Amino acid sequence: MRGNGFGEDQARDLLHAARKAGATAGDVVYVEADRFAGVVRLREVDRVKQARERTLGLRLFVGRRSATASTADLSKESLARLVADTVAMARATAEDPAAGLPEDDGAPGADDGLALRDERVETLAVGDRLALARDAEAAALAADPRIVNSEGAGFDSHAKTVVYANTAGFSGSYRATAATLWVSSIAADPAAPELGMQRDGWYTSARALARLEAPADVGRTAALRAVRRLGARKVATCEVPVVFDPEAAASLLRALAQAVNGQSIYRGGSFLAGKLGERVASDLVTVVDDGRLVGGLGSRPFDAEGLSTRRTVVLDRGVLRSYLLDAYSARKLGLEPTGNASRSPGEAPVPAPTNFMLVPPADAPTPEAIIRGTARGLYVTDMIGFGVNVVTGDYSRGAAGFWIENGELAYPVEEITVAGNLARMLADVDAVGRDLDLRASVAAPTIRVARMTVAGR
Amino acid sequence: MSLTEPVHPVVPDRFFESRFGLTPDRVGQTLGGTLRAAVDYADLFVEHTVRESIALEEGIVKKASRAVEQGAGVRVLAGEKTGYAHTDDLSTKALRAAAEAARAIAEGGGARGASVAVTPIGRPRHDLYPAVEPAVDRPIADKVRLLEEIDRLARAIDPRVTKVVASFSAEHKVVLVAGSDGRMVGDVQPLVRLTVQVIARDGENRQVGTYGGGGRYPFEWFLEERRWERFTREAVRIALVNLDAVDAPAGEMTVVLGPGWPGILLHEAVGHGLEGDFNRKKLSAFSGRIGERVASDLVTVVDDGTLPGRRGSLNVDDEGVPTSRTVLIEKGILKGYLQDRLNARLMGMALTGNGRRESYRHVVMPRMTNTFMLAGTDDPADILRSVGRGLYAVNFGGGQVDITNGKFVFSASEAYLIEDGRPTRPVKGATLIGNGPDVLTRVSAVGHDLMLDEGVGTCGKDGQSVPVGVGLPTIRIDGLTVGGTKG
Repeated sequence: MRGNGFGEDQARDLLHAARKAGATAGDVVYVEADRFAGVVRLREVDRVKQARERTLGLRLFVGRRSATASTADLSKESLARLVADTVAMARATAEDPAAGLPEDDGAPGADDGLALRDERVETLAVGDRLALARDAEAAALAADPRIVNSEGAGFDSHAKTVVYANTAGFSGSYRATAATLWVSSIAADPAAPELGMQRDGWYTSARALARLEAPADVGRTAALRAVRRLGARKVATCEVPVVFDPEAAASLLRALAQAVNGQSIYRGGSFLAGKLGERVASDLVTVVDDGRLVGGLGSRPFDAEGLSTRRTVVLDRGVLRSYLLDAYSARKLGLEPTGNASRSPGEAPVPAPTNFMLVPPADAPTPEAIIRGTARGLYVTDMIGFGVNVVTGDYSRGAAGFWIENGELAYPVEEITVAGNLARMLADVDAVGRDLDLRASVAAPTIRVARMTVAGR
Repeated sequence: MSLTEPVHPVVPDRFFESRFGLTPDRVGQTLGGTLRAAVDYADLFVEHTVRESIALEEGIVKKASRAVEQGAGVRVLAGEKTGYAHTDDLSTKALRAAAEAARAIAEGGGARGASVAVTPIGRPRHDLYPAVEPAVDRPIADKVRLLEEIDRLARAIDPRVTKVVASFSAEHKVVLVAGSDGRMVGDVQPLVRLTVQVIARDGENRQVGTYGGGGRYPFEWFLEERRWERFTREAVRIALVNLDAVDAPAGEMTVVLGPGWPGILLHEAVGHGLEGDFNRKKLSAFSGRIGERVASDLVTVVDDGTLPGRRGSLNVDDEGVPTSRTVLIEKGILKGYLQDRLNARLMGMALTGNGRRESYRHVVMPRMTNTFMLAGTDDPADILRSVGRGLYAVNFGGGQVDITNGKFVFSASEAYLIEDGRPTRPVKGATLIGNGPDVLTRVSAVGHDLMLDEGVGTCGKDGQSVPVGVGLPTIRIDGLTVGGTKG
């Protein structure tokens, strides 16, 4: 497969030219994307954005020195300059004994059954894309009289071609699509303005149109999530069990993905550094990174260095089994790469999760059962802020959700924080639900942490 | 050694003409392709950016990267609608296609306009970052030397420093904006940043310290006054302080914010909520509240894009409008919103020069520039002495706000307990949470020590990142929730 004028042959030609210019090894990544974003607000089209983008990234090695450069200009002169610049830049960096390409592991050079592309995402008429957004927003506006306003509803999609080649002998390409439908609703009670104004939303995202949730369902869920927050109050500072809904739990998983990232590990910048083989979480916690999940939003046939993607068990019933590694971090740690190299074309590869999931154990309870089994505690449905320190595990974030009293959601809460330490929180996970839903590439079901500090009044 | 052809010297309004043949006539024809009776405004934004990034870790510079981006975006405004298309191809054909695509959203009748008579108005009236040798043209060896020097210094300060990651990044952006009103203006916008991160280790206790700075300056700025050395010493100091940190308190208490970067409070608590788009759509906790009291009378907050060299400053915004100083809150009373063309027109308000975008790939939105509180009259030492028990927070990581319910957070990375009017033990990082329309009414003291931040802020909104600045004098807030673990 080739993009619009740049394919595997051109990538190999560029690497050939780079060798002539003094590079000893290198790789090329080319990404060409058609992007669409449309927003409907209060039933009218608000904005539509359409574009084709292309970027070519070149990484070159001169012995153990390396540099990376990128351009959108694919003219002959531009590419010649790109090669010359990159070689010159590489010569200015230091010798790094761990630098270099990985050995070719025979990765598939094309989408081999991963179902990454849905042609309908590419061919759907603009009017039909906007109609999906319009229908979703209409369902939200009709769902409850307290939905008084809307931030809008949108349909976003892209179709991209990725071409990769390296001097270790690998080349490959694939095309992938993705579509997202979202709604953001504003709730207020005209009869009780003192309850305030709240915003919440919902979204669905998939590689194929047929796998998106129905627009009416997305809209209704958004409306429900906004309305139920009305009248939220602060609670007194306390220590209680905290139940994270799947969206909030996914944010914890993103922090975990950072903590098992090979770059954080070799830099000593993670509380999980040096803990391979040790118990780091309760035995309810099994986390898998699966780059070969059929139709997965994080799936791809090969990683950003041409290695096979795979299924990696990161935490097995609480025991740390693997980090997420690219060739460089693997070499630094004396381990094998895990096919997790990722890169934006202009930068050197770094490890990143593919489809990173907390897998429900057998006989996992429903989320309702987890809440019912919590006598008094906090149910978190929204989090804001960045207060996660992956070096120490210290965790402190803004939260909103519901107070749990006698196993029931008693009233909405806001303007509070939840705090603890990730190491302790992982060990304290005492419930994992069955409601895993892969609406994003990092996903988790409902979970409960036995004890955290909630700060409020 | 010079990488790529030097981008200096650049005459902004001639750059795209000489390099890509974008004459005023061609620009006018492209814009003409957007026009129909229903169109209120259209513009063409052309950008050429060179970006460079160099990083050191484990004592050596391992990574160097350089990106060249170029492209154009065509925007068409009709009523409340925006049509946008962009291309990385600056040929006549590609620009015409982008204009057609953007226009397609503008429904309704009217004939296409043939062309717009475009008059270059040359350079902006501000000159906030004089053209000098762009940092991206500076030999890479100079930057490598600087990073190596930082590494040596950080390790020499204290043996507990075990890891040093230092990075230098620079960008050199040339933009051209032409509107359907026939005005065309260009600007050259440099931006540099230096970041030092160290990990200090004492037994099993590992702590991180991060510090840095930058702005719209040449490379020399880091060498002047040995700023690089100050940034390095600060990063080491913060990591070492945190080695002694105890658990942060949890609950509502009096909080004293130090000067400078803690101004992120203003960015989150009020800045976003005062952006025109949220207020036109009545999505903000501040919607319809101009003229009302939203802060104590000690509080005056401005957004000022005209400060020379600052990271958040611009000669013109990304709609070609000169930046300005906008009073947001004056002695506690809400005075104004931040506007771009679309929202100013729909709200019938004046332009403020806050229409910004991350790049030609993005649509314009109202965004902040440099947002800060004006100095008061209190002595910072007296402010601390006035607090029996509380938290003194002097450095922060990021923050975020829910503009609809007004709740905002910002996370302290260096903070101390206040006991009997004195800062005592350092505490671990904690998130502070409050309510935007309410928090500034609790400001009971404002110091005379206004400081702007060092130039590291990046603001994210709707997926777009733009550089911004903040500033604050020492202030006392009577009651803010501190999200520690010790109840």
